[in-house]
Amino acid sequence: MCIVLGMSVGHALLGLLEGGPRHGYDLKRSYDERFGQDRPLAYGQVYSTLARLLRNGLVEVESEPGAGPERKKYAITDAGVSDVAGWLAQPEKPEPYLQSTLYTKVVLALLTGHDAADVLDAQRAEHLRLMRELTRRRDGGDLADQLICDHALFHLEADLRWLEVTAARIQQLAAQVRA
Amino acid sequence: MAPEPLLTAENLHLSFGTATALDSASVEVHAGEVLALMGPSGSGKSTLLHCLAGILHPDQGRVTYAGRDLTAMHDDERSALRRSEFGFVFQFGQLVPELTCLENVALPLRLGGASRRAAQRSAAAWLERLEVSDVAHKRPGQASGGQEQRVAVARALVTRPRVVFADEPTGALDTLNGERVMQLFVAAARETAAAVVLVTHEPRVAAYSDHEAVVRDGRVRTREYAR
Ligand SMILES: Nc1ncnc2c1ncn2[C@@H]1O[C@H](COP(=O)(O)OP(=O)(O)O)[C@@H](O)[C@H]1O
Ligand SMILES: [Mg+2]
Repeated sequence: MCIVLGMSVGHALLGLLEGGPRHGYDLKRSYDERFGQDRPLAYGQVYSTLARLLRNGLVEVESEPGAGPERKKYAITDAGVSDVAGWLAQPEKPEPYLQSTLYTKVVLALLTGHDAADVLDAQRAEHLRLMRELTRRRDGGDLADQLICDHALFHLEADLRWLEVTAARIQQLAAQVRA
Repeated sequence: MAPEPLLTAENLHLSFGTATALDSASVEVHAGEVLALMGPSGSGKSTLLHCLAGILHPDQGRVTYAGRDLTAMHDDERSALRRSEFGFVFQFGQLVPELTCLENVALPLRLGGASRRAAQRSAAAWLERLEVSDVAHKRPGQASGGQEQRVAVARALVTRPRVVFADEPTGALDTLNGERVMQLFVAAARETAAAVVLVTHEPRVAAYSDHEAVVRDGRVRTREYAR
């Protein structure tokens, strides 16, 4: 399974750039190392994502004279840094297979010096908000509502258990990520 | 502006020997709200609940209930306050095994000076409210786990407390029984405008709360307010 779903590749690359300017291929390598275990990023996707980030002013190019696209060094801008911070602070909409995005967020929070526990806490709050709503709907509904809501509730509960276990291992993960 | 909280813990510290159970824990409970205290096992949830309820005395810090400093009260004053203002539901083992379920629910009223007739009438109404009238004349040991917890909820609410403290109230029940207990418990607490402090490590139980506070290593990490 792809560790990072499409939406967060841009944020992941930005987060990695907080460590310092890099060439595209270098960025791809460190992305694959951390998040791309089973499905490395295609070069095409790296460059198209960087082009989008460039258009949006989230990265800038430190050009080397006479260099082609693969020789360009990309650096994160101030706008890029706040974009990463905003993304980390914003909980995800609870949905299946969220753990991949959350895992990326936790690792990047650790890499960029944000509080990873805050990421997990914000997500827990968001999950519980939805669980309250589903619980109300279930308890006031007919049998079909009950079964449908229960299915969603069990899945959200599984996510929350994962958040809990991850929170308990955050020191361990921090040591590994920063090693 | 939010109104003053009904119950407040400020920077509580409490150690059992060398084990630190609370390390600067602070939390607020507002009148009529259901607050879930979540967190891993051993994080200090029960200890915090016991301090809030005036059962345990913190080494440092202050607990304030309706403007009164619980930590500065005499023991008997605190016990009286607990009897008149607070109710308790635990995971199990809180009912007197020799008494019938009806007598168990009537007991707090009897201790408060109510007549036997009045106490039993009120107890019967609460058992009905919790849908366990059929075990009124049975002993707790003859009721199922789910019925027993509903009797315990009836007993906690019969004195119309302003705060009910519940420590893993469904911890010994299966999913469906636990849910039914929570539904009836929270609905009844809301009817009487009692606040509930609910200790649970189960998200599905915490989903019956209005807000959650997460306890980790003896501290309260977050408190989310509904919008
Ligand atoms: N009576 C006690 N004597 C010694 N240690 C205790 C006592 N009560 C709690 N503790 C310790 O304090 C910590 C917090 O316990 P507790 O409040 O029961 O946690 P929780 O309810 O979150 O599982 C734990 O490390 C526990 O072992
Ligand atoms: Mg406990």
